[in-house]
Amino acid sequence: MALDPSYVGRTYPPTDPYEVGREKIREFAEAIGESNPAYTDTEAAKALGHPDVIAPPTFVFAITFKAAGQVIADPQLGLDFSRVVHGDQKFSYTRPVRSGDRLTVTSTIEAIKSMAGNDIIDIRGEVHDEAGEHVVTALTKLVARAAEEG
Amino acid sequence: MTAKISYDAVEVGTELPAQSFPVSRATLVQYAGASGDFNPIHWNEKFAKEVGLPDVIAHGMFTMAEAVRVVTDWVGDPGAVAEYGVRFTKPVVVPNDETGALIEVSGKVAAKLDDDDRTVRVDLTAMSAGQKVLGMARAVVRLA
Repeated sequence: MALDPSYVGRTYPPTDPYEVGREKIREFAEAIGESNPAYTDTEAAKALGHPDVIAPPTFVFAITFKAAGQVIADPQLGLDFSRVVHGDQKFSYTRPVRSGDRLTVTSTIEAIKSMAGNDIIDIRGEVHDEAGEHVVTALTKLVARAAEEG
Repeated sequence: MTAKISYDAVEVGTELPAQSFPVSRATLVQYAGASGDFNPIHWNEKFAKEVGLPDVIAHGMFTMAEAVRVVTDWVGDPGAVAEYGVRFTKPVVVPNDETGALIEVSGKVAAKLDDDDRTVRVDLTAMSAGQKVLGMARAVVRLA
């Protein structure tokens, strides 16, 4: 069933803060095979001009996607998550995420389209730090594939 | 932000050093734990096949994380990445054997965007098993 386009523009309440831990960054960096010291060595990060170790560019997705769960699970919207695949992902950074950040995410439904029976939804996650400063915006396109006939 | 590549030293067409990233079932389990994405299509062959996939596939976000390493290794400071986006076009199929799959990534400077901001756009190509696995894979990077 096609999603209701009147949901475009709907913004969900900001999430509780997620505190970025240096060991979580290390764990993520190791999982993607990274050895850039900016992710694990405070002095190396400082030498690059960062106040503490920073997270790899895609690290924040774990936080924004969890926040997008509010949208995905919204019973009024009626998205069938069992048929959802990740179509596109984009990030726009004001600064890198770093250890010690307390990040909140505000999710907004940016667009809803229907193509060949597929529902396509764009969710924008605005990530801010404790001071209210913008850190990164995540744009996530999800495609709910059309249900098979019969 | 301290990029080690100078804006003045690159031209449209400048190639970034290409890299290959191996991915095994163990890699996917480790990534699932680190990212919190426990979708069984990334570790359970039976489940993956039931939903119509050829086999277990890598997390799209894993492939996205690997591809940008070509950019961050080139520029030195990962904080120099101002924008990064991809389209997930084909899955990276990861067989349950000793070799797993390989993600091969290359990149080149596609545009010099802003002489004052010293930003360039890098276009990335990510291949696995002869297929393009990412589309529109682009990063905007602030150079020195």
